[in-house]
Amino acid sequence: MAGRMKVDTAAIRSRHPHYFGPPARDRQVLMLAGAAAVILLVAAMAELGFFGAKLIGGIDKLGDIAVLMMPPSPGDWAHVRLYLLSLMETIAISFLGTLLAAVIALPIALLAARNVTVQRVLRFFTRRSLDIIRSVDILIWALIWINVVGLGPFAGVLAIMTSDIGNFGKLFSEAIEAVDRKPREGIVASGGGAVLGIRFGILPEVFPVLASQVLYFFESNTRSATIIGIVGAGGIGLHLAEAIRTLELQQVSFIILLILVAVAAIDVVSNQLRFALIGRRARLA
Amino acid sequence: MASPVVHLPEAQLRPLLASYDAAVRSRRFHSLLVMACIVAAIGLSSVSAEVDLAKFFGNLGNFTSYIWRLFHLDNGAWVWADPVEWYWGAARWLRLLGETLLMAYVGTALGAIGAFFLAFLAAANVAPRPWLRLLVRRFCELCRTVPQLVFALMFVIAFGLGPLAGVLAMAIHTLGALGKLFAEVVENIDMKPVEGVSATGAHWTAAMRYGALPQTLSNFVSYSLLRFEINVREAAVMGFVGAGGIGMDLIEAIRKFYYSDVSAILLMIVVTVAVIDTLTSMARHRLIGMEERH
Repeated sequence: MAGRMKVDTAAIRSRHPHYFGPPARDRQVLMLAGAAAVILLVAAMAELGFFGAKLIGGIDKLGDIAVLMMPPSPGDWAHVRLYLLSLMETIAISFLGTLLAAVIALPIALLAARNVTVQRVLRFFTRRSLDIIRSVDILIWALIWINVVGLGPFAGVLAIMTSDIGNFGKLFSEAIEAVDRKPREGIVASGGGAVLGIRFGILPEVFPVLASQVLYFFESNTRSATIIGIVGAGGIGLHLAEAIRTLELQQVSFIILLILVAVAAIDVVSNQLRFALIGRRARLA
Repeated sequence: MASPVVHLPEAQLRPLLASYDAAVRSRRFHSLLVMACIVAAIGLSSVSAEVDLAKFFGNLGNFTSYIWRLFHLDNGAWVWADPVEWYWGAARWLRLLGETLLMAYVGTALGAIGAFFLAFLAAANVAPRPWLRLLVRRFCELCRTVPQLVFALMFVIAFGLGPLAGVLAMAIHTLGALGKLFAEVVENIDMKPVEGVSATGAHWTAAMRYGALPQTLSNFVSYSLLRFEINVREAAVMGFVGAGGIGMDLIEAIRKFYYSDVSAILLMIVVTVAVIDTLTSMARHRLIGMEERH
């Protein structure tokens, strides 16, 4: 009874030619694309200098650097104070930049939302401007603002603000487009104007979503704020870049550790606030 | 005709109104408290971040004039009046732009390949060893929390100036970011195919290859394409720390006030990013469409 079943291969083959024939066209295209991707990868790696003595020598040096970074140490107490102060500066930059961006982006988002702005041309230009703002990196904004207000953390605040106006403008307008239109219609029907319709018909509904997005960006901006110091826009990045350039490697690892701890702390705090605002279940959405 | 609205007697109404007022008052108090906290935080951070509104509004003219100068050539004409003069360095910039794209491609590809292997070790449902899983997770976390530019700065010391340092920094960051996302994809698969393959006595690798991989591949590619989009932007600024790409020329132009060069390079970057965004989102939609047909 437990004997092996005789398999009639020919019959199966004739019943399911699909599984035995040559690979389908989809599959062939995919395989060709995969092969092209691999060839491009190898060619690009050759072009960028992967297959040379530079890579081997570099990895060797990287090992030395990693050894020299241990253990993390700030040097002396004066440095600890300096680093903690500039870490606070970093968090301040991120907080102010995010808040300003949120305040400025809200009216812009209303202009970009389909259900608020009926004027198609206006909406189009608002959206394209937001796209352009978003495709310029935060470091470039930092460099531009340094030209306006000089070196220092204020330029960093403005850089984070500018680049987040682009992000918030898009996210906020999507949130506004997703609202239920009935409350607003009710307000307009009972004699409220457009402004009242937005204030009482849209804002109460989107506020928790917007606030949670702002908190989320506060955390990611703290990461960005650590690097804008590299181009001179304040915060701990200045000290980090300086320590790397002068090869104070133990201080480098100390600062990196400090940043990791700060980002983790802000992550926890902003998550708590977000849950308080929108409830734990909304996290899944 | 009697009004349909029911009027409660005064005596019954008073306690209800009082409790309503109390509820409103406590909410108002709560919001005021939150506002006060935010205002205090703004005050503190403004001091720390050296916010100087007088300077800002005094120099705001600089911003508009800066933008104005960006679009004027040295001889005072608008840049688009003489595109040849505006894009005098087109050959060099195009080469650097190509290098930037290659950096983004190689960085994404290497990171994605690494993340691909790590994901199966880090996913809670298929991980072969719990201690290995924790180790891989912490490793990915470290890779994505340290900013890309910090890696780039250190790699420039080890590998010298040039795109190699930038690509490796990008690959490490991508490894961390995609490692997490890929692991989440693997955690969301249907376990029945994996169990089926294991039940035939197959090794762990075979179970992954035939049970898990077919369910995850399209999501992997989709996330990698998204990451590629991000990496193109990032690659454009790698040059700021000497790690290759068009950023090197951009920061030089900004620092030396070659205004029309700045706008020329920025425009190239913005257009490239827009084109890449469109192409990758098209590819992702094709991919999702193919997924649904099967």
